[in-house]
Amino acid sequence: MNDMTPTREQREAKLEGMGCKRKRVEDIRFTQGKGNYVDDVKLPGMLHGDFVRSPHAHARVKSINSEEALKVPGVLAVITAETLKTVNLAWMPTLAGDVQMVLADGKVLFQNQEVAFVVATDRYAADDGINKVVVEYEALPVLVDPFKAMDADAPVLREDLAGKTTGAHGPRKHHNHVFEWTVGDKDLTDAAFKKADVTIKEMISYHRTHPSPLETCQCVCSFDKIKGELTIWGTFQAPHVIRTVVALIAKIPEHKIHVIAPDIGGGFGNKVGAYPGYICAAVASIVTGKPVKWVEDRIENLTATSFARDYHMTTEIAATKEGKVTGLRVHVLADHGAFDACADPSKWPAGFFNIVTGSYDFPTAHLAVDGIYTNKAPGGVAYRCSFRVTEAAYCIERGMDILAQKLGMDPAELRLKNFIKPEQFPYHSALGWEYDSGDYHTAMRKMMESVDYAGLRKEQAEKRAAFKRGETREIMGLGVSFFTEIVGAGPSKNCDILGIAMFDSCEIRMHPTGAGIARVGSKSQGQGHETTWAQIIATEIGIPSDDIMIEEGNTDTAPYGLGTYGSRSTPVAGAAIAMAARKIKAKAQMIAAYKLEVHEGDLEWDIDGFRVKGLPEKTMSMKDICWAAYNSVPPGMEPGLEAVSYYDPPNMTYPFGAYICVMNIDVDTGVYKVRRFYALDDCGTRINPMIIEGQVHGGLTEAFAIAMGQEIRYDDEGNVVTGSFMDFFMPTAVETPHWETDFTVTPSPHHPIGAKGVGESPNVGGVPAFSNAVNDAFSFLGSTHIQMPHDYWRNWKAAKNLGVFA
Amino acid sequence: MAKTQKTHVTMKVNGEEVEGLVEPRTLLVHFIRENLQMTGTHIGCETTHCGACTVDLDGMSVKSCTVFAVQAEGAEIMTIEGMANADGSLSALQEGFRMMHGLQCGFCTPGMILRAQRLLKENPSPTEAEIRMGISGNFCRCTGYQNIVRAIQYAAAKINGVEFQEAAE
Amino acid sequence: MIPGPFSYHRPVTLADAVKLLSTLGDDARPLAGGHSLVPMMKLRLATPEHLVDLHGIDALKGIRRDGTRIVIGAMTTQHDLLASDEIARSLPILHETALLIADPQVRYRGTIGGNVANGDPGNDMPALMMTLGASYRLEGPGGARDLPASDFYQGAYFTALEPGEILTSISVPAAAAGHGYAYEKLKRKIGDYATAAAAVVLTMAGGKVATCTIGLTNLNETPLLATDAAKIVIGTSLDEATLKKAAAAAEAIMSPASDARGPAEYRKHVGGIMVTRALTRAAARAS
Repeated sequence: MNDMTPTREQREAKLEGMGCKRKRVEDIRFTQGKGNYVDDVKLPGMLHGDFVRSPHAHARVKSINSEEALKVPGVLAVITAETLKTVNLAWMPTLAGDVQMVLADGKVLFQNQEVAFVVATDRYAADDGINKVVVEYEALPVLVDPFKAMDADAPVLREDLAGKTTGAHGPRKHHNHVFEWTVGDKDLTDAAFKKADVTIKEMISYHRTHPSPLETCQCVCSFDKIKGELTIWGTFQAPHVIRTVVALIAKIPEHKIHVIAPDIGGGFGNKVGAYPGYICAAVASIVTGKPVKWVEDRIENLTATSFARDYHMTTEIAATKEGKVTGLRVHVLADHGAFDACADPSKWPAGFFNIVTGSYDFPTAHLAVDGIYTNKAPGGVAYRCSFRVTEAAYCIERGMDILAQKLGMDPAELRLKNFIKPEQFPYHSALGWEYDSGDYHTAMRKMMESVDYAGLRKEQAEKRAAFKRGETREIMGLGVSFFTEIVGAGPSKNCDILGIAMFDSCEIRMHPTGAGIARVGSKSQGQGHETTWAQIIATEIGIPSDDIMIEEGNTDTAPYGLGTYGSRSTPVAGAAIAMAARKIKAKAQMIAAYKLEVHEGDLEWDIDGFRVKGLPEKTMSMKDICWAAYNSVPPGMEPGLEAVSYYDPPNMTYPFGAYICVMNIDVDTGVYKVRRFYALDDCGTRINPMIIEGQVHGGLTEAFAIAMGQEIRYDDEGNVVTGSFMDFFMPTAVETPHWETDFTVTPSPHHPIGAKGVGESPNVGGVPAFSNAVNDAFSFLGSTHIQMPHDYWRNWKAAKNLGVFA
Repeated sequence: MAKTQKTHVTMKVNGEEVEGLVEPRTLLVHFIRENLQMTGTHIGCETTHCGACTVDLDGMSVKSCTVFAVQAEGAEIMTIEGMANADGSLSALQEGFRMMHGLQCGFCTPGMILRAQRLLKENPSPTEAEIRMGISGNFCRCTGYQNIVRAIQYAAAKINGVEFQEAAE
Repeated sequence: MIPGPFSYHRPVTLADAVKLLSTLGDDARPLAGGHSLVPMMKLRLATPEHLVDLHGIDALKGIRRDGTRIVIGAMTTQHDLLASDEIARSLPILHETALLIADPQVRYRGTIGGNVANGDPGNDMPALMMTLGASYRLEGPGGARDLPASDFYQGAYFTALEPGEILTSISVPAAAAGHGYAYEKLKRKIGDYATAAAAVVLTMAGGKVATCTIGLTNLNETPLLATDAAKIVIGTSLDEATLKKAAAAAEAIMSPASDARGPAEYRKHVGGIMVTRALTRAAARAS
């Protein structure tokens, strides 16, 4: 062996495959301002559309007068529901089986609802135009409080549903009722509560908030009248689904619709759904024959497209006096706003909220969810979480702390006592899931050791004593959170969107020189797929990741995929990538055997190629195999080296983690200080630790924002009072805490590379950690549960209610 | 000048003289993005909070959504398109953002880098607290800022010719 | 979120600016840093027909010493204040306060004149100027006049400025040698207005407060001077009981709005705490 022969380590390193902190491919363009986002798309003759929106939360629309608007220089058209009715698009179906007004049809049901769409030569003229459209409203009684939605005398919101006693998810109990969804064994659970030594019951609210990516929702629609083709550039987390939805509702043949999701400036669930802006821009393009751009502004984004959460969860836990949980009973009042536009798999009206048993071995559980309508914006998207999983994790993690308090037990000890044990996996939960793998005790203990949990509790005890002696006005809280996520939707047996199974896909083409391209059905919004997907392929087929180009987001070229949300990309698309790569490798093995003149079975894989067993010098690199694939394949074999995989996952994956937040709160002002935040994540096999860490930092920051103040709040008249970045809490670098990250690795047994997904774990686990820290801080003063968000004034109010100022 | 009448503006952007016709109300960010077709400068909020539209104007970091193009008459402006080294290679800050994973979706990145370059010009060796304060007019929804701080520290070290020492967690 | 159309004027002399504003009347607005006005224009809550940009007037810029007073041109930015050695030396509380305003980008553009003149109760400088005993020079078609800051504020966005008048400079007496000062501002995050804020300037003699002025920000529709609270602390060593009494006296004159920062009750309560903390910190700084 001469000095030039690379070592095995050098060959491995050259691949930059799985497990390495590969620097991101995307950053070369992003750091130079060369990203291509939707608003960067400019087409000849392009027009701009902008919405007239309702100032009222509930009103009848008496008239819309566009006369003055049409006189504004540059204004070409004003589209109203009447216009849309001519093409049967005044209403559109939602992902949740409901229908939604595209433009106000007779009435408005939430503040800032879309009323008319003004089309003009540029965005300035469009804005001038919307200010000249005169709309006459007749105000109607407003329903804001979800707990009053099903009162007998509650105002009727959805007149279009009059007489419909059955919705997409079964019977409706009231004119403002959307659905009731129940899971679990009610009788068994009720019996467990009857027998229990100890029970807790608490109404735990997870307030309405908003994903608010830095880039708002936007699109450019261009209809080619001659070809009859519609091209849509849009901020789409799921471009193929958008194509199918457009085909179904606009009656344009699907092959004549080209959906392109270019670079996306963050999504966090906001960009999964279909919004009136997309429909109006498409219709405007069809009507005018010109491309039409629609770009949402920030206030529109916060007030009209897709809120998240708004779950009010009455939570009951039954336990023995020793602290063993015996039953869980949860009732959720789910505020869906004016239309049920939840972005969940179609059969799951409350998403995967039935993961609410969490990481604990509950022998029985029962869950009921009532969805209701109110005069608020529609949505219900999974803001950095799998479908309704952050709500579920918050519910159970708060519940466990409340139980620990009642039992007088340490919350970490209570969790350790009730965890599903490693030997119980695959574990069948009382509410119907099969958890794939986990080692909760190890993760929890690692967290407790890393932060010196016992020492922190000791410090807290001293601080509490000092507070009671009047020596300090600061209280200290430890927020423990141990979450189990459920991601990777999902198996076709139980997951679909509008009938399309939630598989994902990858097509790989290896070129003769050993470079290649992989097209994937997922769509990055910042997750770095162009970097990590290539790493999977590099490890699988031994081609350096730098030699693999990743392409996503163009429905003409990418294989059909269900997109990126719910941490599904790695569990589903990531698996498809590995499976496609393995098909490449299988064919490559046949080619190598032929070229090396041995039997396929005589070959073994060795980092970047095949070698003959027992003859280590007889090798053929993958690069050479690529060349051979185009000139000397075995007789009877098709030339070329390409593969496609559509992956239908056999199960979800179940990432988990142990988080702790250490917080001090000044009771006089309510001002908190996050002293320390430690997050241990187990997302199975780790593809790129740098990116995982980045995802965790980002998710924790969003969790911090949500728990500590980020809220879409309405006043009694249905006005949004937190509708801009002045009042919607968006932390800056100054408020954001420092994050400590850690990990354990428990691979998924059913995933081709054992990976589970991580993007949303920190939000799911983070929110309860922050909230538990606040609640833990106040608990010694006699408090059981304080609702989120925990902003300064609410902390002060909590202190006041607990008699701190008496 | 009259309301609807367009006016001629000239300014220097990334070292090159540029000109255009704008309405008085044309925002600088739209002039840069639409007239000059330099789309690296982004718009994230329109209410002067998010900082995605940050450019350098006569030695100041400004939010270009809150300045009218006519106000920049004769000004010297730098945008992200002018940040790379003369030979086209990534500047220390651009490299720092990549090496330290200081970006994810990339939407805040141009504004963040423009702000950071002015910060480092005024304070070549900032502490972590000074960096956090210095970029507090720029929102990032993806990174949690921690790696942005490291990216700026990396760049500061490189510019100052010292070895970058990663702070222990 | 696009401003309505307007005509743009960029005078280079003060006289021209005054002439423009008085001729154009209510349809015209002066444009300083624009960080309050431009967002309002984008929301079309402000739709001026004319904007008179004051950036071209050199006479409105700069910080200079005039005997025992510091004179600050209206178009001096918060960033200029932070960069000024004169301010750091003579009016350190102004430095401390400027750093708590908005964010770095806004401070490069935002001017002291705009901050004090537009009458926004959330702005920090007005209460501080009242605390420091500053006076404003107002120049209009009828000539120039000087008005104490404490006489300037009449209601939210409602000031003593007459039509056509421009606030051109601020004159602040240099603080006494050895004075103590503090600006305590509680805000939800960078970029926010104060939930409550208090400015304190005091002198100590023999361990007791000799002179004291207290200003309050965003706790009323105008900035306030908490004169009763200041009287209470004079002659004391700021013992706990005195601080409590002073906070209560200050709270008595507060009437903040309930908003997303918290209910009025909370804002008054923390207003009192800001007073207490500012007094304590100022006293510790005094020599």
